[in-house]
Amino acid sequence: MIQLRGIDRTFGTTQVLHDVSFDIHPGRMTGFVGANGAGKTTTMRILLGVLEPSAGTVEVDGAPMSADYRARIGYMPEERGLYPKMPIDDQLVYLARLHGLDAKLARRRALDLLERLGLGDRHHDTLESLSLGNQQRAQIAAALVHDPAALVLDEPFSGLDPMAVEVTLEVLRDVARTGAPVLFSSHQLDVVERLCDELVIIGDGRVRAAGTREDIRAAHTSPEWRLVTTGDAGWVRDAVGVEVVDLAGGEVRFTATDEAAADRVLSQAVERGGVRAFSPVTRPLTEIFQEVVR
Amino acid sequence: MSTASPTGHVHAASRVPFWRAVGIVAQREIMVNLRSKAYLISAAIVLLGALAAVIFSSVGPQLFQSTTTVAVVAQTEQAVSSLPDTEVTVVDDADEARDLVAAEEVDAAVLPGDGPSGILVIGEREAPEGLIGALSLSPEVELLDPSAPNPGILYLISLGFGLVFMMASMSFGYGIAGSVVEEKQTRIVEILLASVPAKALLAGKIIGNSLLAFVQIALIAAVVLIGGAVTDNSVIVDGLGTPIAWFVLLFTVGFVLMASLFAAAAAMVSRSEDLGSTTTPIMMLVMLPYFAIIFFNSNPVALQIMSYVPFSAPVAVPMRAYLGAMEWWEGLLSFGIVLAATALVVTFAGRVYERSLLRTGKPVKLREALR
Repeated sequence: MIQLRGIDRTFGTTQVLHDVSFDIHPGRMTGFVGANGAGKTTTMRILLGVLEPSAGTVEVDGAPMSADYRARIGYMPEERGLYPKMPIDDQLVYLARLHGLDAKLARRRALDLLERLGLGDRHHDTLESLSLGNQQRAQIAAALVHDPAALVLDEPFSGLDPMAVEVTLEVLRDVARTGAPVLFSSHQLDVVERLCDELVIIGDGRVRAAGTREDIRAAHTSPEWRLVTTGDAGWVRDAVGVEVVDLAGGEVRFTATDEAAADRVLSQAVERGGVRAFSPVTRPLTEIFQEVVR
Repeated sequence: MSTASPTGHVHAASRVPFWRAVGIVAQREIMVNLRSKAYLISAAIVLLGALAAVIFSSVGPQLFQSTTTVAVVAQTEQAVSSLPDTEVTVVDDADEARDLVAAEEVDAAVLPGDGPSGILVIGEREAPEGLIGALSLSPEVELLDPSAPNPGILYLISLGFGLVFMMASMSFGYGIAGSVVEEKQTRIVEILLASVPAKALLAGKIIGNSLLAFVQIALIAAVVLIGGAVTDNSVIVDGLGTPIAWFVLLFTVGFVLMASLFAAAAAMVSRSEDLGSTTTPIMMLVMLPYFAIIFFNSNPVALQIMSYVPFSAPVAVPMRAYLGAMEWWEGLLSFGIVLAATALVVTFAGRVYERSLLRTGKPVKLREALR
């Protein structure tokens, strides 16, 4: 497990990270969400040792992250980066060797990976001669070529067509399945909501919420229900243990202290007749996000 | 798309050791250059240029030597036939000689004259100076230092050292700058920094490019020396061996100095379009020794000063060695100065490089980079 503990970072006189702490669990996909400028990229750079924190530590299973462990993280920066005029297989071999693989193994892995990502017949083309989608695949290969023990990806899905999103996703899931912790940032909340096991929401350099989707929902919503009847639903206001959030004719949204209170509202509604709908309300993460980063 | 795991059991055991990373980076720098047609072609052109210069300096003077054809009559034949570089045509009388000059079949004619010299020289449009000089009575001349360097040759040699120094520094300096800014512009530098320290990157770039520059300079030196020996060029064979050795030695160290400055300057900008803003001062440093050596190629005091300035020492020391105006230990002192300056500049450049590498946007100010 990778643990960030109390990370601060200051650029000049501006403090961009305040006491950032969260965990990235092995075998799980952790989404890192925040508005532009919230501190995602800085946090990731510190995690990779590209930047030094002003305070705080990055740990692995309780001990400070070693340089050896760091060298085994696969990283994909937000601004994609590979050499435009160098054949992609050579670039992958170069990166793998800088990560400690010997030249022969590096080449074998590079070719395997390109094959797997559908670039087998383009393996000796220069990056700039590839289409954008294929460049993106080469970029993913660059993060995976040294057989990473963990993955950190900055906005891996931005600018991708739906096909490429699926390909990328499949690869990331495969890595997570081997027990590697995977962290990726995104500002596309719907994507994150669909893909992530865990979620870290950052706003203005502070962690606003962290945990599983369910944890975050539970922490940021009191349970709500929605009832639709044919008649006027104003009577719900007088029900015991219930508070109305929104009322419009036959439709009402209310919170209840417990399930029993909600059930009582339903039985009353059935007695009055004309129930069209009754269901718990799930708040979309987007709504929670808007609320916590404010 | 297969569902097989992308991670086999090939985990690299640990982080790459510093010098191994340096080696891998240097290897890439060299390969990229050797695969570039532009690099190979320009290297070949420079070598051919050096070869052409050697051949020209050996064979060239003969091309400009010409014999003067002179028409004479019997009375003047003896006076002219003993002169060097003249070809004598004996004619019957003065009129025939004049006709030959007018028809441009000979360059001049020498006839008996009424003046105090007793000789009349006939030319077509202008007086044939060489012939007149040869026929005149010259005072005796005593040369105190007959082997003193010919200013023309001094100029050519200083031009040669200056040009090679400037061109190699510029082309490889810009090579390094381009490679640094390319990594910054494409952001691959972030991936690289996640696996190796910035200092290893910088060292690899400098070492890779310095090796290439050294090989190119050594090749040029070899072409000049071997070419000189083959064409039996006395200027090269007698006097240039030691100066060239000094040049290669000092250039190799001095190039590391230039290369680290170029790398640091390039790290301060984010786009190759902005390179000019930070590399211009360094260009000046590269060009100054070139002009200085051409102006001061025979001024011993200026040369002495230049040989103790790290930027100009690589051209000034060989020049002094050629003039024989330098003790061997003075060369070593210059070498020591260049070495010390290089160590200092590399440390400074390393700091600037490391701190500017991840900054994007406007060019980084030097003060910010060093803070």
